[in-house]
Amino acid sequence: CRLAPWFCASAFACFFRQRFATREMRWLRYLNQWRGTAKEAFDQVSIVAKFLCLLHVTDRYIISSTHVQGPSMLPTLNLTGDVILAEHVSHRFGKIGLGDVVLVRSPTDPMKMVTKRVLGLEGHRLSFFADPLVGDDSVNVVVSNLYIQSLHLLVPKGHVWIQGDNVHASTDSRNFGPVPYDLIEGKALLRVSLATTMLWVIEVTITFELFQLLLE
Amino acid sequence: MGIQNLLWQVTKKAFTGGIIGVTISDRCCSVVPVRGDSMSPTFNPQRNSYLDDYVLVEKFCLQDYKFARGDVVVFRDRYIKRIVGLPGEWISSSRDVIRVPEGHCWVEGDNKASSLDSRTFGPIPLGLIRGRVTGVVWPPQRVSKIS
Repeated sequence: CRLAPWFCASAFACFFRQRFATREMRWLRYLNQWRGTAKEAFDQVSIVAKFLCLLHVTDRYIISSTHVQGPSMLPTLNLTGDVILAEHVSHRFGKIGLGDVVLVRSPTDPMKMVTKRVLGLEGHRLSFFADPLVGDDSVNVVVSNLYIQSLHLLVPKGHVWIQGDNVHASTDSRNFGPVPYDLIEGKALLRVSLATTMLWVIEVTITFELFQLLLE
Repeated sequence: MGIQNLLWQVTKKAFTGGIIGVTISDRCCSVVPVRGDSMSPTFNPQRNSYLDDYVLVEKFCLQDYKFARGDVVVFRDRYIKRIVGLPGEWISSSRDVIRVPEGHCWVEGDNKASSLDSRTFGPIPLGLIRGRVTGVVWPPQRVSKIS
């Protein structure tokens, strides 16, 4: 009878331990299921994350497509907008040459990208006519009042002179001066014309429908 | 065959790690060494290249290019200076008073005696800025946040 309390206590303990054990086992089962699901979710998320990183690297360092619009590059680019393919490799190796159409971060608003043509590299002398309507405009540039101080303009080291093809409706180096070379972010490669893409899609759809009709 | 497979696995992992590292360093933050003493005594208080400070540069500020006077910024991936003038402000340099144009900023080094900054080459376009310095990460005794 002295053992009785001990007996009762251990019986109670066993009873409670068993109840807790079942609860623990249930929670452990849930945990294992969740662990499996969590691992799967983590794998999927990591695949998506890796893909986004690859997209970022390709977009910024290799090639990207940009939508450009505005009148400053008429007639080369459309007023209503064009999709152009731009590569981001040449400007890192200094391979931007005269006449290249480049994507430049605007010196007046760093959130905007502008598309212009490079008309002068560092060290080049640009001569200009005061009046854009007189004289041939093959390599000469028209400079705004700020820079008409000498008949020749020397592009400083580390800078380029960019200008839009449409000299009458373009804010470019004639307004804000030569821009630092490091603001160049890409070189335009080719234009993906929206009209031709849409026509191509329509053509393929019509051909496909005709093909199906013929098969029936 | 085993070693070829191993090499391929290692290359794949290195490539993935490289791409993730480049993305993080472009969009999130990166570590840049401070060269020269144009920012003494904030960075590199001694002229000893073994004890160059390494700073943490955050790139979230490049989402909207909103800087404040006094921010230390990195431009052209190499030069570290402090912004002293924002667009539209007037700066008095040695000879005259200059207005900082739109889209540009006026930067100066803390060590006015030996610093090539806007007093030499004029205001710089904000587009050249590659990040904002938030603190020193190396050497360990100089780890600190800068305001």
